Amino acid sequence: MREAGSENLGNRGTGAILAVSGLTFSYDGPGHAVLRDLSLEVPTGAVTAILGPNGSGKTTLLRLLLGVLHPAAGQIRLAGRPLASYSRRERSQLLGLVPQDEHIPFDFSVLEYVLLGRAPYLGPLQMPGEADRQAALVALHTVGLEALQGRALPSLSGGERQLATVARALAQQPHVLLLDEPTAHLDLSNQGRLLTILRHLATQGTTLVLTTHDPNLAAAVAGFAVLMRSGQVLVAGPTETTLTAEKLSATYDAPVRVFQVDGRRLILLS
Amino acid sequence: MTVAKPLPQANGWSIMRAALARRPFLLLGLAFVIVLAASLFVGRYPEPGWMSPATLAQDEVARRLVLNLRLPRVLSACLLGVTLAAAGSVMQMIFRNPLVEPGFLGVSQGAAFGAALSIIALDASPLIMEGLATVFACLGLGLSYLLARRARYGGWILRLVLSGIAVSALFSAGVGVLKYLADPLTQLPDIVFWMLGGMWGVTWADLLYLLPTVILSLVIVYLMRWRLNLLSLDDDIGFSLGAAPGRERTLVLVAAVAATAAVVSVAGIVGWIGLLIPHVARRFTGADAQRALPASMLLGGIFGLVCDDLARTLLPGEIPLGILASLFGALLFIGMMLSRNIRVER
Repeated sequence: MREAGSENLGNRGTGAILAVSGLTFSYDGPGHAVLRDLSLEVPTGAVTAILGPNGSGKTTLLRLLLGVLHPAAGQIRLAGRPLASYSRRERSQLLGLVPQDEHIPFDFSVLEYVLLGRAPYLGPLQMPGEADRQAALVALHTVGLEALQGRALPSLSGGERQLATVARALAQQPHVLLLDEPTAHLDLSNQGRLLTILRHLATQGTTLVLTTHDPNLAAAVAGFAVLMRSGQVLVAGPTETTLTAEKLSATYDAPVRVFQVDGRRLILLS
Repeated sequence: MTVAKPLPQANGWSIMRAALARRPFLLLGLAFVIVLAASLFVGRYPEPGWMSPATLAQDEVARRLVLNLRLPRVLSACLLGVTLAAAGSVMQMIFRNPLVEPGFLGVSQGAAFGAALSIIALDASPLIMEGLATVFACLGLGLSYLLARRARYGGWILRLVLSGIAVSALFSAGVGVLKYLADPLTQLPDIVFWMLGGMWGVTWADLLYLLPTVILSLVIVYLMRWRLNLLSLDDDIGFSLGAAPGRERTLVLVAAVAATAAVVSVAGIVGWIGLLIPHVARRFTGADAQRALPASMLLGGIFGLVCDDLARTLLPGEIPLGILASLFGALLFIGMMLSRNIRVER
């Protein structure tokens, strides 16, 4: 899936592909800051989960990382370069987005929709060609939706639609994939399906950043966790040291207990 | 006593539909060329109905009629259909709403006001009337845009739609005032007739007036047709895929509206084509605008030609094209609503 050029994006596993420093942002002017002086490093080639209660600024942070929002202060660096210095095309070849909800007003077929992920590699007047079709099919294969490529999107189940969205983002061949609450609308079996795919992507070298309010999801898939509260980072670091009862209780302002079951972390309200 | 039921698959309509779904462009293209050519031979000379090619070869009057009157009119009717269908497709995609049509955002009512104003205040020649209609159509769009920019309510698309409704209402109130002031014997019929829509009296000059704008706009929209898919997605996603949703939407919107304003200024208000034809086209080709837009343009051209052929042939007097387009459009719409394999979403 990876195209040439990935080598010069820092040392996988050691550097931070996304580095945020002193980030401040507000939707309605200073005084109502959603994020305050936030600093963060996202390690390359790992899964990073951004956790926090509703309204803590997770989605806002994700949109800032995508570049669709611009910070009032502070800087975001992508692969060592300021995010703002990238052209649309360069940026879209590196950063992909899987949103929480996607409203698609027309009934595209699954393949037509996934092909839209090839836009970063096409000029404004260009149509996707055979190579793009192949890339889209590879992405569909990765999420296991090959068989449904001709089906209309609205005819898919919620879980399949979410996987189609992931495939659309994968057709983009991004180095960093941003996912906003990726399992929010999924039942247990579809959650399992998605988590398997995300783990597989991480082993292939894609950096994943996902927001969630479910600490168990973070524990299941992420190597790194960032706990946010009121627009600030409380703790960030490896999941084992971050997702502790004490730190989670402080984040959610609720008594949380952490159990070890079969070598996995299980997080419950006590 | 039992009556054998015909097999549902066996009727001609379903066979045609299946063929259309397999090779839409071959069939639509063929139908387009045939209807375009046939339209030159349909009319009320020398008698109502069909003029044989032999007549055209022998009769000097027939030749002049076809070249000077019918040809520009047929081409204009075709362009009208193509433009409204293309503009409808574009607007439905970029406003992410399958119920949008090209006349909204103040365009149609603005053009109507401009035309009515030129009839009442200037007693204008057709070209001045067309110019003024175009100016006011663009003014309608501009006002809608400015209002949407200044409104402090909802998202961008909602603001545009609301602004379009408000500006349209302003202009239609203005048209009401002008109708009230108009001389009921001379001016009022002109206004009413214009607003019913029609291609009578279209000359080469009219065609040349609308041609540059329409061709340029259609070329832009056609070349960007795959991109329209991208612009129908959520803004964040379009952005993540490297598009500039705001800027690109504005570009194709201006192209669609400019072309609409040009054809409306010549033909008056013709509804339904821009709303309905894109839906019919999407049924044959799927939603991907790379295929749906050209199909929509071909279908729109056919629809415009057929309506105009009937408008000038059925009765001794001309039937306003807008009435026929609404009639057939509504019938088609009802047929679509009742057809079994309609896909419902949301």
